[in-house]
Amino acid sequence: MLSVTQLTCQRGERVLFQDLHFELPDAHWLQIAGANGAGKTSLLRILAGLTEPVQGTVLWNGVEIRTERSLWHRDLLYVGHQGALKEELNPEENLFFSLGLEGFGASPTAVRAALQQFGLQGREHLPVRYLSAGQRRRVLLSRLLLRPGRLWILDEPFTALDVHASQLMTQQIQHHLHQGGSAILTSHQPIPLSGGSCLTL
Amino acid sequence: MTFPHASPFILAIRRDLLLAARHKTEIVTALFFFVIVVNLLPLGIGPDTDLLRKIAPGALWIGALLATLLGLQRLFAPDHADGTLEQMALSPQSFTLLVAGKIVAHWLVSGLPVVLIAPILGVQFDLPGRSLGLLMLSLLLGTPILSLIGAVGAALTLGVRGGGALLSLLILPLYIPALIFGAGAVEADLAGLGAEGHFSLLGAVLLVSLFFAPWATTAALRVALE
Repeated sequence: MLSVTQLTCQRGERVLFQDLHFELPDAHWLQIAGANGAGKTSLLRILAGLTEPVQGTVLWNGVEIRTERSLWHRDLLYVGHQGALKEELNPEENLFFSLGLEGFGASPTAVRAALQQFGLQGREHLPVRYLSAGQRRRVLLSRLLLRPGRLWILDEPFTALDVHASQLMTQQIQHHLHQGGSAILTSHQPIPLSGGSCLTL
Repeated sequence: MTFPHASPFILAIRRDLLLAARHKTEIVTALFFFVIVVNLLPLGIGPDTDLLRKIAPGALWIGALLATLLGLQRLFAPDHADGTLEQMALSPQSFTLLVAGKIVAHWLVSGLPVVLIAPILGVQFDLPGRSLGLLMLSLLLGTPILSLIGAVGAALTLGVRGGGALLSLLILPLYIPALIFGAGAVEADLAGLGAEGHFSLLGAVLLVSLFFAPWATTAALRVALE
């Protein structure tokens, strides 16, 4: 369970949001909505522990995330705005290294199966440079299948995905929720999933 | 891809080596830069072998400093731009360990080739065999210092406009101890004085930077990521 109390975020002189308060129990998801520049990504970065908030606390299972960084980051799966994909490496290598750097081993067969599930068979050995925006996004989302995590924080997961991939994505989140995980996502579209709430900044 | 459970430190090294292998021009450019800078001196000074012997250690060391500086800005910048650095900071593994892996990879790509090619260049300066060996040893101890201190500078100037020039201004003064003791070791031996003192001090600088640089680099990177 994630609980956020009295969170205030300031960028330069501008206060983006203040006294934000919410709780996210297991098996639930939260959509963060708001106009461009409202502070959606800033909020996600604070929750992930990348940025320090001006004020307020973020608790994961009752423990402040700053004090148990390593435990928090084991439970957290964050897919940010930027892809964290290396253009020079192919999708398989990208996944192998990104999982490895987080201390999760992945067998080549599991990596290939995940890429296949997101419709990237035949592209495993092509440098990411040659992939389209949507295909790059699919590589990123394949990580969701491979990297265990109790809370998913996804920044605009539906961007650049076609109808079929969006459905796959929704199914993945549904499956994750069924297993007792939780998810926070930003999106401008309504998300066809039950058990969620919406926070507008 | 045969070790799915290799340690994150080793994986960070392997990843950067693989990326370097896909960008061979960058390595070759830095190495050629080193060769050309060092070659210019004998050409400019003329065939006075006594003088050349005297300036050789300094010339090779300055070449090594400049060659290191050339690639330093790209140590973290690409990973910062595509979000990989963010993912590393969010890894349950120690961020410092991953950063240390990147620094080791940087040395293997930019420092080690300089060490290996130095004796060949030293021959042009008419250095005797014994001095060539000492020169290699001093560079072997010294080039890791260049990568370690350089990483701190690269992290501090990450995302700063015109960071390249600032990086040089920041880092070159910090390279002075390594330059003095490194080049000094070979010079002292040529002059008939022992080189042990210089090597001890160079080793001490290496140990201090090994201990502090990864930690300082990580702290600077966390600030850059905010």
